[in-house]
Amino acid sequence: MAKREAPEINAGSMADIAFLLLVFFLVTTTMDSDLGMMRKLPPTLPPDMPKPPPIKDRNVFVVLANANDQLLVEGELMDISELKEAAKEFIANPMNKEALPEKKPVDIPILGQRMVSKQVISLQNDNGTSYKLYIAVQNELASAYNELRDELAMDEFGVTYESLVEKGDKARAKAIKKVYPQRISEAEPKNVGGQ
Amino acid sequence: MSKFKKDDGKADPAISTASLPDIVFMLLFFFMVTTVMREVDLKVKISTPEATEIQKLKNKSLVTYIYIGEPNDTKVYGTTSRIQLGDAYANVKEVGAYIETKRGEHDEAEVPLLVTSLKVDEDTKMGVVTEVKQELRKVSALKISYSTREGAKK
Repeated sequence: MAKREAPEINAGSMADIAFLLLVFFLVTTTMDSDLGMMRKLPPTLPPDMPKPPPIKDRNVFVVLANANDQLLVEGELMDISELKEAAKEFIANPMNKEALPEKKPVDIPILGQRMVSKQVISLQNDNGTSYKLYIAVQNELASAYNELRDELAMDEFGVTYESLVEKGDKARAKAIKKVYPQRISEAEPKNVGGQ
Repeated sequence: MSKFKKDDGKADPAISTASLPDIVFMLLFFFMVTTVMREVDLKVKISTPEATEIQKLKNKSLVTYIYIGEPNDTKVYGTTSRIQLGDAYANVKEVGAYIETKRGEHDEAEVPLLVTSLKVDEDTKMGVVTEVKQELRKVSALKISYSTREGAKK
């Protein structure tokens, strides 16, 4: 018996299937992106806890947000676009001004002794403040810290803070973080403007 | 002229369908995988605010979602912001219990790594968000993430 050659399979529909899979991959990858701002809530304190010592006024940067989405920063009405610069000046206190936070020397691995300011940012909002403004304020404050860290990392290591974190260079990133620790304290909200 | 003409009257042999089951299985597996990834049916309208200083949530299996926004069906439920836990509307008081049940689904070693992602509509008032945060503090679910869209850097 003579062997007959097997006919070739028609591969025309293979492309359709490949496209189907491709579309599927596209759809699923967009579903996968969950971005967010990571924060840590303060733990609940036992009721018999002694009161913490009061913080000096010059070390606190007070940001208040009311129900009309207006900002009061250190007693002055401010637009959200100016908040970052104001926060940066407060955190770093480059001119060692009297009104801005005190500094104390701290030994930091890699960087050596540094003057670290005792800054605290206090954020208080109203129950009627919109979530959009709250996130915008959080974003501006985080951005102020990140920019200062970036500047320091550029001066010291010639790379941005972000790239240190991305490369997993924990020791250096930690040192930078120690100079500019993010201290945002959220007070209990007021209920002036109603829900 | 005879270039396109068939040599003889013989019909084409049938295409082998042996690989068809493989393809179908491939699609089946795909569907199975994607249905696991699918999130809950949203009963509230959520358009998260924009931000630039954001991180990606890495381990999705460790994330619990809480949705807050205006109900889809405003004729029935009104326009006040509601909380959605899992597939249903919930009260603020139920947040703690929900977190506890989610914790029960994980190993004890994983519990400190659990993150709660707050998916909140940008027009929501802070009052309800703060209440939820206080509930989370009570059950010491302290790691939270405010879900946002990526905005353009200024």
